[in-house]
Amino acid sequence: MLNKINTLRIVFSLFLTGIFLLGANTTFADDSLATPAATQHAVEAAESHDATHQNQEAHGEEKFNAGKMILEHVGDAHDWHIAGHLSIPLPVIIYSESGLDIFSSSRFEHGHAAYESEKTGIIYKIHENKVIAVDFNGNENKALTETFYDISITKNVASLLFSVTLLCWIFISVAKAYTRNPGKAPKGLQSFVEPIIIFIRDDVAKASIGEKKYKKFMPYLLTVFFFIWINNLMGLIPIAPFGANLTGNVAVTLTLATITFIITTISANGHYWRHIFAMPGVPAWVLVLLTPIEILGLFLRPFVLMVRLFANITAGHIIALSFFSLIFIFGEMNTGAGLGFSLFSTAFTVFMMVMELLVAFLQAYVFTLLSAVYFGAAVEEGHHEEAHAH
Amino acid sequence: MNLVKPEFGLIFWMTVTFLIVFFLMKKFAWGPILKMIQEREESIESALNSAQKAKDEMAELQNNNEKLLAEARLEKDKMLKEAREIKDTMISDAKDAAQKEALRIMADARNTIQNEKMAAINELKNQVALMSVDIAEKIIRKDLSKDESQKTLVASLINDVKLN
Repeated sequence: MLNKINTLRIVFSLFLTGIFLLGANTTFADDSLATPAATQHAVEAAESHDATHQNQEAHGEEKFNAGKMILEHVGDAHDWHIAGHLSIPLPVIIYSESGLDIFSSSRFEHGHAAYESEKTGIIYKIHENKVIAVDFNGNENKALTETFYDISITKNVASLLFSVTLLCWIFISVAKAYTRNPGKAPKGLQSFVEPIIIFIRDDVAKASIGEKKYKKFMPYLLTVFFFIWINNLMGLIPIAPFGANLTGNVAVTLTLATITFIITTISANGHYWRHIFAMPGVPAWVLVLLTPIEILGLFLRPFVLMVRLFANITAGHIIALSFFSLIFIFGEMNTGAGLGFSLFSTAFTVFMMVMELLVAFLQAYVFTLLSAVYFGAAVEEGHHEEAHAH
Repeated sequence: MNLVKPEFGLIFWMTVTFLIVFFLMKKFAWGPILKMIQEREESIESALNSAQKAKDEMAELQNNNEKLLAEARLEKDKMLKEAREIKDTMISDAKDAAQKEALRIMADARNTIQNEKMAAINELKNQVALMSVDIAEKIIRKDLSKDESQKTLVASLINDVKLN
């Protein structure tokens, strides 16, 4: 029964993701239509890039490009943009065969300059928010770039470090409050997080994993829930040091989903594997079909976890940014239209923000719940077998 | 800029950071928090249980009290009833005894009176006899001096004899 529900859930979420991706694709397509210049940039060499840039500066103001702006905001960067031309430079850390280079991203002067490392002799340049190696003429040295391990503290990494510091600070202080007055009613922050912790324990862990085995998974479930939630919320606040689209970054959701997958695989018992490779009570010829599907399902589950969180959070950011972009698009046509539309945009963005507050919690909950369901399936005891066979 | 391509750097930092945070939180946050919450829940539950137990005990005690009270009331009624019965029997017994005693005393008195009366009568008889003899003697002495009178006497005596 539970298995059926799980399969249904996966199918349903794939369906939803599919719908979302379709929608997202169309928006991206629109963006690329609207930004032929940007796509050209990617092909053109760095010199001409500089040239066009100078051209644009000669024009006075750069023409507003919504697609580029949105993608820059939801993506990662080597500096943390605050407002106007003000941004915080972040450290660039590149490891290659020649050695480790650490320098500030301010050396690139917002993409205008190249930086030659004295230690390794590599000339670095930033191109579309990616650090690349160039030769003396400014042309990209692709072979060298591919050997890079870019572990720079980007905007997302900085935001990650900031959020986990906040997370540790909140929960270690809450834990101290618990040890300071044991057995007393919770106070302050404690009384805010306690219902959530109990909710995760009773309605997520106990309900999905079972009374006997849930304890082992509690630390991970709680960590992942509060990690996703706090980062979702931080992503909604547009001012530095918040506003990074961390949980809407596929690398982050990939890591989280992988950890869930690893824990599921490590804690899985014989019953779980038997159900995947040879579902009991199923004829052999069906197994030929079923086993590949089950094995595919094994990898599909973390994949769906990854895509769902990434897509939901990124979608929220894109929608909010699109509405703000509309203000500038209308503003370029006519100042009055821009002002008028700003009212509508702001009202709609407020509405979206309230939605996103809910989504922030919901996605954290869904990720945690599904992780718990997978753990539950992995440690489920064999006595349900008979029930399935009937 | 590729939205759906995971960057190596972020995966690296995310893995390192998340694992460190996970172990830190496990040791310093979730461990104590979950332990304390559970301990508190257990203490609350045991407190509730003992309160329920105390309540039950109270109810039982009250029940017992009522039972005892009812028993005592019954006992009291019984005792009162018994006392009343005893009183009644005592009174009736006493009455009977008194009556008997009175009858006996009266009978005794009657007997004594009878005896005394008989004695008195006998005494009187004796006295009367003595006095009559005396009187007769005196009369005889005075009257028998004459014949006439003797004759009347004899005649009256004969009369008397006839009357008897």
